[in-house]
Amino acid sequence: MGNVLTIILQRLALGLLTLLIVSIVIFIAVNLLPGDFAESILGQGATPEAVASIRKDLGLDQPLVVRYFDWLGGVLRGDLGTSFAQANFASFTGTDSGATTVAQQIAPRFANTMFLAMITAMIAVPFSIFLGVLAALYRNTVFDRATNIFTLSSISSPEFFVAYILILFLAVLNPIFPSLSTIFEGMPLIERVERSMLPALTLTLVVTAHMMRMTRAAIINLLASPYIEMARLKGLSPMRVIVKHALPNALAPIINVIALNLAYLITGVVVVEVVFVYPGIGQLFVDSVQNRDIPVVQACCLIFATAFILLNLTADIMSILSNPRLRHPK
Amino acid sequence: MSDEILLKMRDVWLEGRSDETWNPIINDVDLTLKKGEVLGLIGESGAGKSTLGLAAMGYTRDGVRISKGSVEFDGIDLLTASAAVKRALLGKRIAYVAQSAAASFNPAHKLMDQHVEGPVQHGVMGRGESEADGIELYAKLRLPNPDEIGFRYPHQVSGGQLQRCMTAMAMSCRPDLIIFDEPTTALDVTTQIEVLASIRDIVEQFNTAAIYITHDLAVVAQMADTIKVLLKGDEVETADTRVMLATPTQEYTKSLWAVRSFERPLKSAVQTGSVPVVSVQNIDASYGTVPVLHDVSFDMHEGRTVAVVGESGSGKSTAARCITGLLPPTAGQIMVDGDVMPPDYRKRSKDQLRQVQMIYQMADTALNPRMSIGQIIARPVEFYLGLKGAEKRKKVDALLEQIELEPSQYYHRLPSELSGGQKQRIGIARALAAEPKFIICDEVTSALDQLVAEGILRLLARLQDELSLTYMFITHDLATVRAIADEVVVMKDGRVVEQGPKVEMFTPPHHAYTDLLLSSVPEMDPDWLTNLLAERGVDNIGDAAVDKM
Repeated sequence: MGNVLTIILQRLALGLLTLLIVSIVIFIAVNLLPGDFAESILGQGATPEAVASIRKDLGLDQPLVVRYFDWLGGVLRGDLGTSFAQANFASFTGTDSGATTVAQQIAPRFANTMFLAMITAMIAVPFSIFLGVLAALYRNTVFDRATNIFTLSSISSPEFFVAYILILFLAVLNPIFPSLSTIFEGMPLIERVERSMLPALTLTLVVTAHMMRMTRAAIINLLASPYIEMARLKGLSPMRVIVKHALPNALAPIINVIALNLAYLITGVVVVEVVFVYPGIGQLFVDSVQNRDIPVVQACCLIFATAFILLNLTADIMSILSNPRLRHPK
Repeated sequence: MSDEILLKMRDVWLEGRSDETWNPIINDVDLTLKKGEVLGLIGESGAGKSTLGLAAMGYTRDGVRISKGSVEFDGIDLLTASAAVKRALLGKRIAYVAQSAAASFNPAHKLMDQHVEGPVQHGVMGRGESEADGIELYAKLRLPNPDEIGFRYPHQVSGGQLQRCMTAMAMSCRPDLIIFDEPTTALDVTTQIEVLASIRDIVEQFNTAAIYITHDLAVVAQMADTIKVLLKGDEVETADTRVMLATPTQEYTKSLWAVRSFERPLKSAVQTGSVPVVSVQNIDASYGTVPVLHDVSFDMHEGRTVAVVGESGSGKSTAARCITGLLPPTAGQIMVDGDVMPPDYRKRSKDQLRQVQMIYQMADTALNPRMSIGQIIARPVEFYLGLKGAEKRKKVDALLEQIELEPSQYYHRLPSELSGGQKQRIGIARALAAEPKFIICDEVTSALDQLVAEGILRLLARLQDELSLTYMFITHDLATVRAIADEVVVMKDGRVVEQGPKVEMFTPPHHAYTDLLLSSVPEMDPDWLTNLLAERGVDNIGDAAVDKM
């Protein structure tokens, strides 16, 4: 196990380094956005003096390097900064919610996004693997082709289209789930789950194709291996050959694709949030970009990057652990 | 053996699919096996042995089909039986032992889990009972730590032991028939004996019928009651083992028997005081922190062949890597023509690099599949000799003629259009292109069939006489050593245990390990294994004997 631990620590260190580089890229990229908070909030009536004064208040007149290290120092202390929009100019933007720090603003939204991602993952991952196994078992049959066509068409359709189709069938024609997913703190879990069901199903349709096809391909890839032939020659049922003998050896690529899709669920769900009016982090992110509310944008980016890195790290570790040679060295 | 017929294959034709057409693999072969009988199936690679063996189980690989004929196992027609009926027979009444146990055990599960799977799934035994039986079988097959070995993963067990575990697995349901598909081909000679002895014992003990597939005549002579010889999908002849060995009737069978007769004339002893072409002096080497060579020294003189023998892991190839500079030794030095070579190949001059060339075991992977034969050989001609244009072409043509391939026919071909033996010839031409004095031949014949291998050996011998080349010939096959070596170096665990002229090495008294190696090479005599086991004593064969040294 010693060498596995070393590998994990190495990956962790590498992840931190990646995060540092990402933070620099985020900072520069965000500052490359045309216009700034002062201009966007003052609108057309902006006088140069007023703009300069707001910039000075927010520290936007400082050089980029100084601002970066100020921000990085804050992040390392756990302080993501103060939202421009919420701090002093709530009266301009009309979004006073009482939350002034970025952390206060992001925390509930992020929790909602994680909740939705979790529900989706709990449906999508077992569903995709199950479909993938069946597709591999009945490869090149009508079932296999139908599964492929179904999953590929759902991944190829725009998310809002899938969302509206689901609303039509599951909310309007057959009122099973609510079409609006407004959730708030203190809502009972069952109700939260029920309200999140339609966005979760939409996302499931979006991510299933990728995972299911990888499961199918990874399994079929192994079917020519001598140990699969051996399993067949032992007279085992086709299902057992695939589930017991192929799947455990196909885990590494499957895990990696799952991680990639989970990361997507955390970072890429803006459209679905908008359609279902779900208060997730995606909407907050888009609003902040529009307002040039740089601290919030940077914090969101950093969270997205962290999610990506952590999920990939987890996938790496799980891939390693799925290999008995590494789990049980000689 | 009883007279009751267990397996009856009649007029079997097998076809394989390539490029949208079906090509014949097996043509009209009959096969009859009685209960408890062991049939040896021999032939060169591509003869269709494995395909026929699998067809005996009613199984074909993807892209293969049984186009005609019948396969009847104990009255059940396997070709018309439903998948469920066949599944009920496979593993339970007909079992299979594959060539590479390392590849055929599932790396994700412990050996015992795979062992009990058959009995449990077929409802022959419960898990506990089957586990206990497995441990008993491991003990019968003389595996070390039978109580514990099954609870390891395949990668934690050595190749020879895995092969015996696989035999145990095949035995788990006490089948009536086992197909052994080259079960010892991938093993060292000392390990091979142990596996052969175990298989023979257990097959006798449970009166199991078996089809034993191999290309090694000496091995089949020990194992089989009857031998069937295949050539390119056709049956050549079938006879009782002793009859077949004593009086083969067909030309092809006779030629197979004759392969082992090639032997080079002895050369006079090396003159004392002459400077060796390559001198390996007290080298140590390690992979990372793992030491693999300890104080290895030997000399190679002009125009002579030094055979380096030993089992896998003994350090033969590592010594070659040190000489070429691919793995700089941690101590000691390599001298060529009396000059010390830089240990790292990157520090060697072009001329120093030119002097040491290599021919590899797997000609398949050692040739760039995207380059034509002409390009492959022209590259070192241009690099080392600086020839260009028409001169380069002339040199390449000359080299192709030297290896007995017609230049106009082969110059533009790709490696994939050549047979295994031809590819190995290209490997030789590429080494010759640098006009070296010294060539390392790393197991160059072990992937080839006996007849083809002999052709390569004869070619190497002729080139040596013409160009007074020096060969370092790495091999684990002592028959090859006997055929071509002038001097022999025996290695074990990264050390040289014995070295000297071939005649001395093959005449007693030997070092104990050399003796073990020599006596482990199967001989054509069908009583050889029985006699050897009696001589060595049951507890002191193969692996066990190695461990005691």
